[in-house]
Amino acid sequence: MLDIRNVTKRFGDVVAVRDVSFSIKKPQMVGIIGRSGAGKSTLLRVINRLERATSGEVFFSGNDVLSLEGRAKSEWQKNCAMIFQQFNLVPRLDVLTNVILGRSFEHSFIRSMLKLYPAEERYQALATLDRFGLAEIALQRAESLSGGQQQRVAICRAMMQTPKLILADEPIASLDPLNARLAMEALKRIQVEEKITVICNLHTLDTAKHYCSRIIGMQNGDIVFDGTPKSLTDKKAREIYGAEADEAFEASVTSTALGSAPIKAAS
Amino acid sequence: MTQLPDNITLIEDQLRALQRTRAVYSLVSILVIALTIFTGVSVANNYNAGSFANGIDNFFDYPFDLISEAWDAGWRWFPLIIDYTPDLLNTLNMAVFSTGLGFIFALILSFFAAKNTAPNERVRQIVRRFLDLCRSFPELVIAMIFLYIMGKSLLPAILAITIHSTGSLGKLFSEAIENADKKPVEGLQSLGANWFIRVRHGVLTQVLPIILSYTLLRVEINVRASTILGFVGAGGIGEALSTNIQWRYGDEVVAIMVMLVATIICLDYLSQYIRGKMIGGQTATSGHDRFALRINFMKRFRQ
Repeated sequence: MLDIRNVTKRFGDVVAVRDVSFSIKKPQMVGIIGRSGAGKSTLLRVINRLERATSGEVFFSGNDVLSLEGRAKSEWQKNCAMIFQQFNLVPRLDVLTNVILGRSFEHSFIRSMLKLYPAEERYQALATLDRFGLAEIALQRAESLSGGQQQRVAICRAMMQTPKLILADEPIASLDPLNARLAMEALKRIQVEEKITVICNLHTLDTAKHYCSRIIGMQNGDIVFDGTPKSLTDKKAREIYGAEADEAFEASVTSTALGSAPIKAAS
Repeated sequence: MTQLPDNITLIEDQLRALQRTRAVYSLVSILVIALTIFTGVSVANNYNAGSFANGIDNFFDYPFDLISEAWDAGWRWFPLIIDYTPDLLNTLNMAVFSTGLGFIFALILSFFAAKNTAPNERVRQIVRRFLDLCRSFPELVIAMIFLYIMGKSLLPAILAITIHSTGSLGKLFSEAIENADKKPVEGLQSLGANWFIRVRHGVLTQVLPIILSYTLLRVEINVRASTILGFVGAGGIGEALSTNIQWRYGDEVVAIMVMLVATIICLDYLSQYIRGKMIGGQTATSGHDRFALRINFMKRFRQ
């Protein structure tokens, strides 16, 4: 399904991603772990086409998505939803409009300039918000929400894109433990219910082990581990994290040690 | 005194050097300004028939004459205000209309002049230079040229103010756009939104309050500008004022001045009020409003 072949990204002399190859055959939750600057974010941004790869190919269902241009590229971006650490919503627009903007690829010029969105889309957006317990705040401005709420709105916006793949770039790094859990539960739920692949950059080891069925470890732009959470030993993990190991191990205690019973998303 | 680490000492030294440079520059500029004023006054003294010192004595004669004439006019003075209202409206019209035009042009051009929204560097440079050109000539100069070409009417003044407003608003707008947060734009880019949608929703929503506030300020400036343009024959209250000054109708001059001052004060208050409203909107609706909104919304959603 997703096949990444020899992707390299250089920023000047610095190699952020070096000759990375891996493939994902069936829908699953994949966690990418590694210390800051290991190239995790750059890899996701290359796949989404926010950054241009220096070399390499990314195939999705047989199409090389790195060679797409113009509208075809936008269509790929529509199919490949992205979640950001800082949520990246439009702060001064209300939640409902933010979610509807997930459909931007399909909107005509006049429609999007005048915000004349069809009723059908509004209902869909509301239904999506309701699914994550956010319908009541649909008319509030995005900037007035808490971080956890904003991230769940961002997840709703991603759902409006009807994506075939979701890339989450450190989705819980700026959230408190409870909201981090809500966001991760939401992503997991989407992965299971929609049967799509979610690739998640995670800083904390325990979160990755808890939610993902496959873990990829990156170090200085290289893939140094690729396997199931069980096969990732503490020794290997310490090697991946290097100097940040203590932080990554310790942060895990606060983020998911609250208990593993699923909690329903509440506003 | 405690011994600081080397790198901090270095920063400290650099800071001090910067402060020294700044002090020297301020001193030099104050000296230059003082010298310019001094030589300017003495040159003017030498060329003029009367000296500056003698002239200052006569300075208050004219306003005194004006007020005494207005006083003499008595009750006849008040209808003058109604007489000159159409002229005032003309001037206001001119200012508001040309600010509106300038706003539209500036808004369109500013997206091509800002680093984060311009399609490429060459377009950006061309648009920036064009905006520089637009605001490099004062309204008065542009208006005089157009008046010479097109004859006396409102149109030359409108063109002049529009051109100047486009230049100065365009620059301010493009700077506001460059300061906008790029995260929302990146978010929209990641989901396949085209340039127009990114600019409309990612950038414009962020900069709209500040852009409108700049424009209101420009309306105030342009009311003054269009009054001045009346002096060179662009019509409106400026022309009436200039004619009456030449004919030495003191009561009428006072009436027009009172109207102008009142208008500018009113505009000040109005724009302050609107700006206040807009900035109030920036921090989202108050808790109470939000609650009401939510209730309303829930009702609609249930139906």
